[in-house]
Amino acid sequence: MDRGTPAVSLRNISKRFGQVQANSHIDLDIYRGEILALLGENGSGKTTLMNMLSGIYFPDEGTIAIDGRKVMIDSPRTAIELGIGMIHQHFKLVDVLTAAENIELGLKGKLNLQQATRKIREISDAYGFDVDPQQKIYDMSVSQKQTVEILKVLYRGADILILDEPTAVLTPQETEKLFRVLRNMRDDGKAIVIITHKMHEVLSLSDRVAVLRRGEYVGDMITAETTAQDMTNRMVGHSVTLNIERPEPVDPKPRIKVSGLTVLSDTGVPKLENVSFTAYSGEILGIAGIAGSGQKELLEAIAGLQAVSAGSIAYIEDDGACEELIGKDPLEIQHMGVALSFVPEDRLGMGLVGSMDLDENMMLRTYRSGALPVTDRKLPHQIAQKVVDELEVATPSLHTPVRNLSGGNVQKVLVGREITSAPKVLLTAYAVRGLDINSSYMIYDLLNQQKKKGVAVVYVGEDLDVLLELADRILVLCGGKISGILPGRSATKDEIGLMMTRVGGGAEKNDA
Amino acid sequence: MNFAAFLAELVSFIPRAVVQGIPLLYGSTGETLTEKSGNLNLGIPGVMYVGGISGVVGAFLYDQAVRGRATVDGVLDPQLYDRLLNPFLSIAIPMLSCLLGALLMGLIYCFLTVSLRANQNVTGLALTTFGVGVGNFLGGSLIKLSGSDVPSIALTKISIFFHQPLPFAANLGWFGSLFLSYGFMAYLAVAIALLVSYFLRRTRAGLHLRSVGENPATADAAGINVARYKYAATCVGSMIAGLGGLYYVMDYASGVWSNNAFGDRGWLAIALVIFTIWRPSVGVGASFLFGGLYILHMYIPTGTMLAVKELYKMAPYVVTLIVLILSSLRNKRENQPPQHLGLPYFREER
Repeated sequence: MDRGTPAVSLRNISKRFGQVQANSHIDLDIYRGEILALLGENGSGKTTLMNMLSGIYFPDEGTIAIDGRKVMIDSPRTAIELGIGMIHQHFKLVDVLTAAENIELGLKGKLNLQQATRKIREISDAYGFDVDPQQKIYDMSVSQKQTVEILKVLYRGADILILDEPTAVLTPQETEKLFRVLRNMRDDGKAIVIITHKMHEVLSLSDRVAVLRRGEYVGDMITAETTAQDMTNRMVGHSVTLNIERPEPVDPKPRIKVSGLTVLSDTGVPKLENVSFTAYSGEILGIAGIAGSGQKELLEAIAGLQAVSAGSIAYIEDDGACEELIGKDPLEIQHMGVALSFVPEDRLGMGLVGSMDLDENMMLRTYRSGALPVTDRKLPHQIAQKVVDELEVATPSLHTPVRNLSGGNVQKVLVGREITSAPKVLLTAYAVRGLDINSSYMIYDLLNQQKKKGVAVVYVGEDLDVLLELADRILVLCGGKISGILPGRSATKDEIGLMMTRVGGGAEKNDA
Repeated sequence: MNFAAFLAELVSFIPRAVVQGIPLLYGSTGETLTEKSGNLNLGIPGVMYVGGISGVVGAFLYDQAVRGRATVDGVLDPQLYDRLLNPFLSIAIPMLSCLLGALLMGLIYCFLTVSLRANQNVTGLALTTFGVGVGNFLGGSLIKLSGSDVPSIALTKISIFFHQPLPFAANLGWFGSLFLSYGFMAYLAVAIALLVSYFLRRTRAGLHLRSVGENPATADAAGINVARYKYAATCVGSMIAGLGGLYYVMDYASGVWSNNAFGDRGWLAIALVIFTIWRPSVGVGASFLFGGLYILHMYIPTGTMLAVKELYKMAPYVVTLIVLILSSLRNKRENQPPQHLGLPYFREER
């Protein structure tokens, strides 16, 4: 198939960070008028590779050619001049500035914000973006921020766009909107690279798929000629099953009963309003909702980390004995068998200490045990070894600071530690955030094992497809209120998507 | 006290508040510019001190040179000395040496915190200690050299060029004394503050600088050279702050340097940055207010209760605390310090 000269052609690209070989001898072509999906497990070097294209990193060896001409991309500015624009996973925006100011950032010439505003409006109209150039970034929703990021690269005249996991933070409706814009841009002759872990997105959006495995280039496929199973096998390097099992809950008993829970933020804004539900043993209760709808507050309230202004949270024993959790301190709640593994956006922020090694991070849970005044180092070491073995954590040693592990491995360490404490209630939030498909399935498997053991699992997730396959029941939060609780086996994605944006869902249909 | 007497008192109070405020205005303008780049330079008191003593060293050397030429047969001819003293050089030499001294301090700070990524608080505090030490060492040496019998050094003649008021100031009554009675460096301070304010708000370089202080990773990804902006803002900021030291000794103190007379003005300048919520234009008025608060205790009759005087001396700091509380209560993002203030930036850190 002749597609002319590639817009970008990477040859023999390598990059290493200390002991980690992030990319090794990669050859990759990117064409105009095509959406290329870049697939790979966590730590397979996708983002590193694209960062070299956008000038954030400089390759240790290899060459980059744009439209057949060899170039040296030594800084983000050079990349911009070459028409390469990258939309990062974590938005690169200055919060206190307006959209227009952010878009103007880094350009040359006299600053003329009026003119910039006009030009931004023109681009917005052309592609159907909805954004106010005068609005400050901190006032914007995630989706609006992403729009600003895309506008930023288009404003600079980029015709090679790289998007690093753009849908991780979007609702299904917003995702669909984004895809429509991306298809418009492809038809406009732009080259688009999208990094994602979500198979169904790869299948519905991309024209071609390129796969990386452990920093090496595996090959590319035409999307229409491949399947999710095939892609996953190539990504992982061996055959994996892509079905999430969902055993029927065995003998479910009420375990946590939340009623009328209300939580206010520091400034008095309700984060949770009159939330009532029951989590059963041996079942996975999925929680869906747009980021910041109260998921964090809900889990933290149960774990005793969040001050509650009204309502009750009861822990119910097998024999029906009830115990109120509100007012207990987090340690007591933990001893009752409630474990919380919350994976925040920066992954390390809560639960793990970046500069400490695996043993020491395990010790955060165990240091109180033992009778001697000195800490017991043997037990945490065993736990760490067990987590590393069972979850296949890729780490040079148990004495590597967790900060130096890739994101997916950090999460395995965190979730693994919580599971080894043999909880009665397992609260997880975003356990697979940013994880590749293979690691994600491993986590789902772990959750299912816990479920079979009779643990009440509360799973806050971002990917609705997964929630629909994994959870027995799905609780949808919308702006701190319960929008509804649906049975996981019969709910549909659209149904949940609408409930996420409007309490109760339904009513007037939006454009999606 | 009747009303007329009160007015007369006020007319004499305000100019004194203004001259107290000017060194603070220089210091806070310089520090604001620095902090906008994300560098929390707590070395500002040291920088201002070094700025002052560098100016004094320059003036002293020039004074010695002129003295040498005006000495006939081992006796100084005062009239010849006055004639030989060139107004331009009298201003340019102290000013350039002041800028050079302050620039060196800024460079030390940048090299340590930007290039070597040392802790900014520690570096800043060390720089203050270092600056005051250097100042006292040089000051002490000059006092020794000049063979003065009081522990200070007087460059009275040269300082005249610094605190020359604008023409007509004397003939215009209260208007003259309120607005025209200051040396040129007072007007320069206001001009610089307004200029920096304009720079930060309206120019592209200003926008870039703000983004560096708020979110250097973003600025970097946008193709802005973070280190260069940090260096430039901190060095220029240090030079502006250094001028505050120069103003203090050459204008306010009429060319008389004595060790440690500069006092805690450097810290007040840093407090002023917070007070003005990082806006140099607000600093113009605020610095005069601080200047007034600084000398308020001299105008309030407290009798023999010296302790009460000490309480009044706390006023600027108390006001700063109140502003801090108010601005964090309102919790408006624009009124917060630059988000990356005090943190080092390293591109490949993960």
